[in-house]
Amino acid sequence: MNDIVRELLAKHGSLPVSVDQISDDADLYDAGLSSFASVQLMLALEEHFDVEFPEHLLNRKSFSSVEAIVAALAEITGDQQAA
Amino acid sequence: MSSSKSFLDQLFESRILHASGVDGLYARSGTFEDVVSRFETFALTFGEHEITEAMVFPPGMPMADFETSGYMKNFPQLAGTVHAFCGGDHDHMGLLQCMAAGEDWTKGQEATQVALIPAACYPLYPILARRGALPENGAYVALQSYCFRHEPSKDPARMQMFRQREYVRVGTEDQAMAFRETWKERGQEMMKRLCLPHEVDIANDPFFGRGGRMMGASQREQALKFEMLVPINSVESPTACMSFNYHMDNFGKAWDIKLQDGSPAHTACVGFGLERITLALFRHHGLDVAAWPEDVRKALWG
Repeated sequence: MNDIVRELLAKHGSLPVSVDQISDDADLYDAGLSSFASVQLMLALEEHFDVEFPEHLLNRKSFSSVEAIVAALAEITGDQQAA
Repeated sequence: MSSSKSFLDQLFESRILHASGVDGLYARSGTFEDVVSRFETFALTFGEHEITEAMVFPPGMPMADFETSGYMKNFPQLAGTVHAFCGGDHDHMGLLQCMAAGEDWTKGQEATQVALIPAACYPLYPILARRGALPENGAYVALQSYCFRHEPSKDPARMQMFRQREYVRVGTEDQAMAFRETWKERGQEMMKRLCLPHEVDIANDPFFGRGGRMMGASQREQALKFEMLVPINSVESPTACMSFNYHMDNFGKAWDIKLQDGSPAHTACVGFGLERITLALFRHHGLDVAAWPEDVRKALWG
């Protein structure tokens, strides 16, 4: 799941740096992720995993790092292994 | 004001506003406009020595600048663009036939270079950007414009075409933030002098769709927007009559407005909904302006 998140982050995150240079726990907003790009990423994740982010996960925190995104997806899919 | 008639119907009956047949599109009476104009004069007594210049915009802005603003990313449901007939004789004939037959005659209309202004400060930014780097003290502009938002409603405080008076601060992050905090205080002082019940609360813009819910949550988490809420059409859902916004460097980046050191400018604005404030005054002080409380008369009539 981590690889797919990184792939979609590279494609939709409009980040000024390469995703490879960003650690799993690095703050994506500090790395240049805009609110709008995080929405694009959210929609891409929903499409890829065929899920819908629930209301309580539609916030900045859910998209604040690669590991936060993976944790949010794990919660949605109920796949605790993935986290 | 306790009446089974809606506030909008009361305004129509007392000929303060005139219905047009389209929700949110009303003619204003002389009385209504007099209050708008007196409020504007009153508002301009606050911070008048800080203003570096004033501007009034027509209701339309260049389509290219509208695109740059990113409005279609966030609020496509509210936007209005101007389209016009650009055909020849045959197209004209077809158009008239369509109209006569009651069919959709607008299909052939083509986009012009004009979009309706969605928020009063949008046309300002490209003008500032074209001047090159900002002066050291930045810019502090008082402006006014008609705005359009496609949200037909029976709530008189939610018009489709309305005016915003704004003060806009363009400069460093500190200048923009200090400006917004000052205006949160001044806004409350203004409301006190107008004897209107009010409350400042954190807010978010009506971003479109599910993604928009995240944008809204993000805006709240970052405390970027505050509103001055006044009950107008309902007590449960008071109306935002002023807003105090910090845009970070979003507009500075979008339009390439630079500080002296070349970094993108930060912007903040305070917006007064002129129709909304006027409606709030009618709602709370009655439909007869001559009978408004003395303090309010003093603030607006001097």
